Amino acid sequence: MSLIRVRGLSVSLGGRRVLDGVDLAIAPGEIVTIVGPNGSGKSTLLRAIIGAVPAAAGTIERQGGLRLGYVPQKLALDASMPLKVRHFLDLPRPVSPGERARALDEAGAGGLEERQLAALSGGQLQRVLLARALLGRPQLLLLDEATQGLDQPAAASFYRRIETLRNRTGAAILMVSHELHVVMSASDRVICLNGHVCCAGKPEQVASAPEYRALFGTGTGGALALYRHEHDHAHDHDRHGEQAP
Amino acid sequence: MSLLLAPFMLRAALAALGVALAAAPLGAFVVWRRMAYFGDAISHGAMLGVALALAASLPVFWGVLAVTLVLALAVAALAGRGVPVDTLLGVAAHGALALGLVAVSFVPGVRIDLMAYLFGDVLAVGGADLALIWAGAALLLGLAAWRWRALLLSAVDEDLAIASGLSPRRERLTLMLALALLVAFSLKVVGALLVSALLILPAAAARPLARGPGWMVAAAMAIGAASALGGLALAALADSPAAPSIVSLAALAFLLTHGLASLRHRGDCQRGQ
Repeated sequence: MSLIRVRGLSVSLGGRRVLDGVDLAIAPGEIVTIVGPNGSGKSTLLRAIIGAVPAAAGTIERQGGLRLGYVPQKLALDASMPLKVRHFLDLPRPVSPGERARALDEAGAGGLEERQLAALSGGQLQRVLLARALLGRPQLLLLDEATQGLDQPAAASFYRRIETLRNRTGAAILMVSHELHVVMSASDRVICLNGHVCCAGKPEQVASAPEYRALFGTGTGGALALYRHEHDHAHDHDRHGEQAP
Repeated sequence: MSLLLAPFMLRAALAALGVALAAAPLGAFVVWRRMAYFGDAISHGAMLGVALALAASLPVFWGVLAVTLVLALAVAALAGRGVPVDTLLGVAAHGALALGLVAVSFVPGVRIDLMAYLFGDVLAVGGADLALIWAGAALLLGLAAWRWRALLLSAVDEDLAIASGLSPRRERLTLMLALALLVAFSLKVVGALLVSALLILPAAAARPLARGPGWMVAAAMAIGAASALGGLALAALADSPAAPSIVSLAALAFLLTHGLASLRHRGDCQRGQ
């Protein structure tokens, strides 16, 4: 049984057809990555799944009582609102200090409780957003360009954190990214999107698919191989990943 | 000094306090959501409500409430349909005000005191007005407390609110209807032109003092209440117009808190070097 099943989804924004006939199903515990160029409708697909944009055609079925966690690309928070991290984690439901500390630790944002949300760096905000999503004990975690603005080691360590999370909680992950080489190695399945689904499959299948090459060129092939090499040597992992800026 | 203790002064003080307290949470959300123009549009629309109420011989409160509610719903429905929202609100605010002034001039018979509707007439507040103001204030404060977290998350990020199973559209509508109600019951105190000032100034003045959203509302309440009482005292002692005195003090509070905050910030920077 799939957690969500998207059938023939089309979405129009401002009169422009952004998604056209998209089919997608996510099974429990899967890590699925959506890649695609700018304007290919990646973020719109996630927003359609949470219900923020209406479908012009098609259906989105959720498993009954599905718990969703959503990590947006950025917040629309206005600087006129004073908001500490712990206030933010109390929305929409207050949580106990213990729960809060656990979620922050798990997301790698431990100790940020008293910081103002508006004053966090991009990486810190991403981890706080992840912590907030974890508080709802999600069965499906949606991540929108979660590593935008992070350098490569930081992004790689963020993805490893996601992988660990999936292994521990069994939550399925659906993420959107343009950083192909880092993302792909951690994914069970890659979907290449450009308004419609161009190709889909295991990372190595997609990387060699002609549709994918047409969208991204062959330039990223080398980078993909490089990362996979790193990934194969699991004992080297942490040392590589913790080369913080 | 005995003037300050006269019954009409006491009523005025209670009325202004009620409005200031009820305006604080709404004002904070108006500031956070950048809806200042929206406050203007609704409050200026009150003038049209006055005209319609007088023409139909209805109580002014109900005329104003009806027009502000219709305006709030119309703006909410039209927002995001092509015309930029701030342009739309500019049209609604000044259109409704001008239309109201024209309409009032055609109301036969009664010679009305336009100034009282534009700037309020807080010293003439009666017992019934007072009951209305405090009932409205209690309703708004209760609403803000009840919807607090939902309103807050919707103001932080609408997509996050949707993902949490909330409806930001409903929270936005709640806020707009609450604003319409506030404008209707505070018309007598601050008038159509200054309602939105009492909404925005205390909340904006409270910003540098607060580390959390609840504290910002509490500080806005304190600043609003102090401005209300101080402005009335000024009106009684110096014979200045009441509502403009209240708003002037709130503006002064804004300059003070922001001035102090920027001085402190500069101090921090110098120490940091």
